[in-house]
Amino acid sequence: MTFVLFAEQVLNGLQLGAMLFLMASGLTLVFGVMGLINLAHGSLYMIGAFAAAAVAAATGSFLLALAASLAAAAAAGALVEVSVIRRLYDRDHLDQVLATFALILIFSEGTRWVFGSFPLYLDIPSYLAGPVTLPGGIEYSLYRLTIIAIGAAVALGLYLLITRTRIGVQIRAGESDREMIAALGVNISKLYTIVFAMGAALAGLAGALIGPLQSVQIGMGEPVLILAFVVIVIGGIGSGKGALVASILVGLTDTLGRFLLPIAFGAFMDPSDATAIGSALASMSIYVLMAFVLVVRPTGLYGVAQHEA
Amino acid sequence: MKREPLVNAALFLSLPAVALWAVSTDEPFTITLATRTAILALAGVGLNIALGQGGLVSLGHAAFFGLGGYAMGVLASHAQTQTPILEWPVLIEGATSMPLIWLVAMAVSALAALGIGALSLRTSGVYFIMITLAFGQMLYYFAISWPAYGGEDGLSIHLRNSFPGLNTLDPIQFFGLCFVLLCAALLLSARLKRSPFGLALNAARQNPLRVRAVGVRPFSLRLTAFVISGVITGLAGALFADLNRFVSPSMLSWHTSGEIIVFVLLGGVGRLFGPVAGAGLYILLEQLLDGVSDYWQVFLGALLLTVVLIARGGLIGALAGSEVAHD
Repeated sequence: MTFVLFAEQVLNGLQLGAMLFLMASGLTLVFGVMGLINLAHGSLYMIGAFAAAAVAAATGSFLLALAASLAAAAAAGALVEVSVIRRLYDRDHLDQVLATFALILIFSEGTRWVFGSFPLYLDIPSYLAGPVTLPGGIEYSLYRLTIIAIGAAVALGLYLLITRTRIGVQIRAGESDREMIAALGVNISKLYTIVFAMGAALAGLAGALIGPLQSVQIGMGEPVLILAFVVIVIGGIGSGKGALVASILVGLTDTLGRFLLPIAFGAFMDPSDATAIGSALASMSIYVLMAFVLVVRPTGLYGVAQHEA
Repeated sequence: MKREPLVNAALFLSLPAVALWAVSTDEPFTITLATRTAILALAGVGLNIALGQGGLVSLGHAAFFGLGGYAMGVLASHAQTQTPILEWPVLIEGATSMPLIWLVAMAVSALAALGIGALSLRTSGVYFIMITLAFGQMLYYFAISWPAYGGEDGLSIHLRNSFPGLNTLDPIQFFGLCFVLLCAALLLSARLKRSPFGLALNAARQNPLRVRAVGVRPFSLRLTAFVISGVITGLAGALFADLNRFVSPSMLSWHTSGEIIVFVLLGGVGRLFGPVAGAGLYILLEQLLDGVSDYWQVFLGALLLTVVLIARGGLIGALAGSEVAHD
């Protein structure tokens, strides 16, 4: 194992972390402000990817495709919020789980209806294709580096939005006392729609960005959704900072686990067995991390203590 | 409440009635559907103990369903190839006897439920939902990447396992077996609900603070309920694998967890016979709508939304026309 290979894996971990942050920030925002658990967040990711693939195929422009993914996911998010999600805020979590599970079925089968069962492909645009050489002689994909940069930019943007703008003040106020801010004359249902659409747009962007690296297909959102859940459980539900830290932690654990565990097992056993056992255990590594965090801090790294258990 | 026992009896008896009618008209496929309904209802009855009685929204019950399935798959495949599972420190051989397989499936599920429950129950609410989901997915990915038992392709068994005195390959006899187990689970669930344990569990769901004030730990109650629930779902998994003579990671996937919750919800949460009604309705819809459209799950999704948003009592609520007794 060389240093260059290791550095490359660390960058891959950061890239996965950036993707997870785009997903988890929306989820955790929606939970923090509206108290809603949204299983259909992965469907919005899928919608973003399909919109991007369709627009890229029609126009050939990657930037237009990204814009389309944001617009389509935000529109789908706003539509769903107004028609279904809005009725769920006062319900218990079981109802929220079931209704959003139903939305997954509708979105997945609906997308199959429109686009068919075959995966679509998105190409990396020519100006982002190929590797760049980083200090230390590390060659790394420019596109993946761009994803990391976008993740960092979104994190910064969200931070500024929440702490420095009027809508950020309203979001923070909504987190602590929704009746009070409604009484102060803020249109709370409009605020909820905006927050939900914003989370949806970020998920859609994540889907579009991952499109060129994987194939665009039905059900692509679900593995990412579960990882995003692990992220917000580790980070603390409702915490933006927790989402960022945990995204990076989970991204690195998963990527480095897959890379290092087979090598570690290879030190004392037959290589093919080591690969099998190492990769099987690596697929469990982030859940072990989650279990460990839960034992130490049941409400996550940055979570607030819950009221009654 | 008066109509509910009647509705329950009618729904419940319709299952063997359909199976027997299918025997007389010689339609083995219909018997298989009835068997599937009974098995899925059994899984739902298991979940309903945690969900309905304990208020624990577990989105990871596929873990126990799948473990039960794999317990059967592993034992039967070793018996099939006549290789021992373990030679050292003790010799463990495969098995094809259903009672033994059930015991193993239940023991494995109990252990898993104990571990997952002990960790997950440190939290509550949304955390609990997400953590059970995550542990379920952990086993799912493990099953996919572990090559010894088929990995992603799953594991087929040539012959259905045996039960002393019965020919399990005869569809109606296997149905009978599953139906008897479903009855036993329903009986257990009903007894549990009225037992001191069930009453305390119910109280812990409604007001944990008061339960703690009288000196009972909600955690122990919930963990016990979670383990019992996992054991029953695990047994259903072993039967389901035997029905299909096939087990694959998809039994462990979170879609399966979602579907088991859907059975409970479609029938009516907290109703004893809810899972039976829900599983029956699910299979019926699958059969009816699948013929109409390839995209039948869109309609299932729409129906689910309707039940959640409007018809909250589920099928039994709609038929019996009353809310669950005060709780």
